[in-house]
Amino acid sequence: MPVGMIERVGRNTNNTLAAFGDFCVFVARTILWIPTLFRWKNLRLLFPQMYEVGVRSVPVIAVTGAFIGMVLAIESHTTFKTIGQEYRLGSIINLSVVKQIGPVLAAVMLAGRIGGALTAELGTMNVTEQLDALRVMGADPIRYLVVPRFVACVLLTPILTIYSDLLGVIGGWLISVKFLGVPDAPYWYYSAQAVDNYQIFEGIVKSIFFGGAIGLISCYKGFTCGAGASGVGRACTESFVMSFIAIIILNFFFAQMLKEIYIAVYGIKGIF
Amino acid sequence: MSLIELRHVSKRFGWLVVLDDVSLAIETGKSIVIIGASGTGKSVLLKHIVGLLKPDEGEVWFDGQRIDTLPERKLMDVRQRFGFLFQMGALFDSANVAENVGFPLVEHTHKAPDEIREIVQRKLALVGLPDVGKKMPAELSGGQKKRVALARAIALNPEVILYDEPTTGLDPIRSDVINELIIKLQRELQVTSIVVTHDMNSAFKIADRIVMLHEGHIIFDGTPAEIQKTDHPVVKRFVLGEASEMELAEIGKVAGTAPSPPIREIEGK
Repeated sequence: MPVGMIERVGRNTNNTLAAFGDFCVFVARTILWIPTLFRWKNLRLLFPQMYEVGVRSVPVIAVTGAFIGMVLAIESHTTFKTIGQEYRLGSIINLSVVKQIGPVLAAVMLAGRIGGALTAELGTMNVTEQLDALRVMGADPIRYLVVPRFVACVLLTPILTIYSDLLGVIGGWLISVKFLGVPDAPYWYYSAQAVDNYQIFEGIVKSIFFGGAIGLISCYKGFTCGAGASGVGRACTESFVMSFIAIIILNFFFAQMLKEIYIAVYGIKGIF
Repeated sequence: MSLIELRHVSKRFGWLVVLDDVSLAIETGKSIVIIGASGTGKSVLLKHIVGLLKPDEGEVWFDGQRIDTLPERKLMDVRQRFGFLFQMGALFDSANVAENVGFPLVEHTHKAPDEIREIVQRKLALVGLPDVGKKMPAELSGGQKKRVALARAIALNPEVILYDEPTTGLDPIRSDVINELIIKLQRELQVTSIVVTHDMNSAFKIADRIVMLHEGHIIFDGTPAEIQKTDHPVVKRFVLGEASEMELAEIGKVAGTAPSPPIREIEGK
């Protein structure tokens, strides 16, 4: 193997490890600053971020949630009908929406909407020396900028996920019952059989961590973006890609961990 | 005793050596101007003084305390004694002028909102912009942005003000306004001023002392009168604004690489 290639691999590995170390320090510093958020002077920084992350994401989350439910109904109906089980359609639609597709797609949408905006905002502040200006004025940019954005993501992603789930459930019901002619009572009966509190809880717990990952990755990418407009643009792309990868990896580990807990507590339960 | 001292400071970015064994002592109440061509490490030097960058080797001292080894939280206290005017102003886009200027007061004092408003008004008046408090930074001209940034830099009555290329990008009249403002603040607030610039008019007007950086080293340290009499070829060329033979040869190289055909020839084809 040529020496140049080995050198390149070594350098890339070194840079990746250094960047990961930097990210860990960034996360630790963010967590250490969180207690200071509960002073009024800092708490006032949280409300505009909650508006930005929460209120302004409502339309996109509503559309995503509703259409997930509706598409699931259309796709599952044919298969269920061929085996004469279409009245059980609610169980698969609602279980999928509440447990997996709802939280994951809501998080992906948020990664695109909020993550891109946070990275672009902080990246622009970085390249125009506004972050340095904060440091010079004795204000830690992590406390002032990252903590409110991170906390807003952690608090509001689960709430947006619940909203997305709700619209997914309504969308699935609307198509199944009103357009595909599935009887109303068995639809809800089998839905209630399949979805219990634990599954709703599972989706919400995951979404808290998805929100945290989106907030931290987006802010970190903004803080470390390269110079100029191209640097900010590249950071926004990287921020979305990294958030997306973090969401699907976290989802995998949570699926495994929460399933084990479920089996340990409730035993194995089928949907038929 | 010196208020600020850099002892054998070296700084590299990758393979590029920006500062190489630089030592500099700055006295209280003086106005020192650091000159040098673009990319010679002037801004890097300034950022070391306020702890935004840490030296790879050497030490940075402020008021008898070594600051390059201080943790970020302790540095924050030290930084409250500095004001920093960034090259492009670095005003917060999302806040209006009054909020920008009042930011250090909100962060570091327990003053009532009315008192903060009054101080902000006073600082804006000091830089000659008493009526722009409600404007957003995007509504200001380049010169106004720098003056607002200066008002913000002096909000906490700092002992030292650092200016990073305060006249860059301004027309000669606006540049002179900024120069006069720096002199006025120096006189009225009795601060120590450190100005990084490559504008020689500005340097002669402001400086008690001029330091020139070249390829990571200090090659001149003296008064404005001394720099005008120096025989050092690099310093002399910089003061007069003359390119060296080597720099001119570079232009020749570019021009000689691909001679373009005469316009008439192209049109004829």
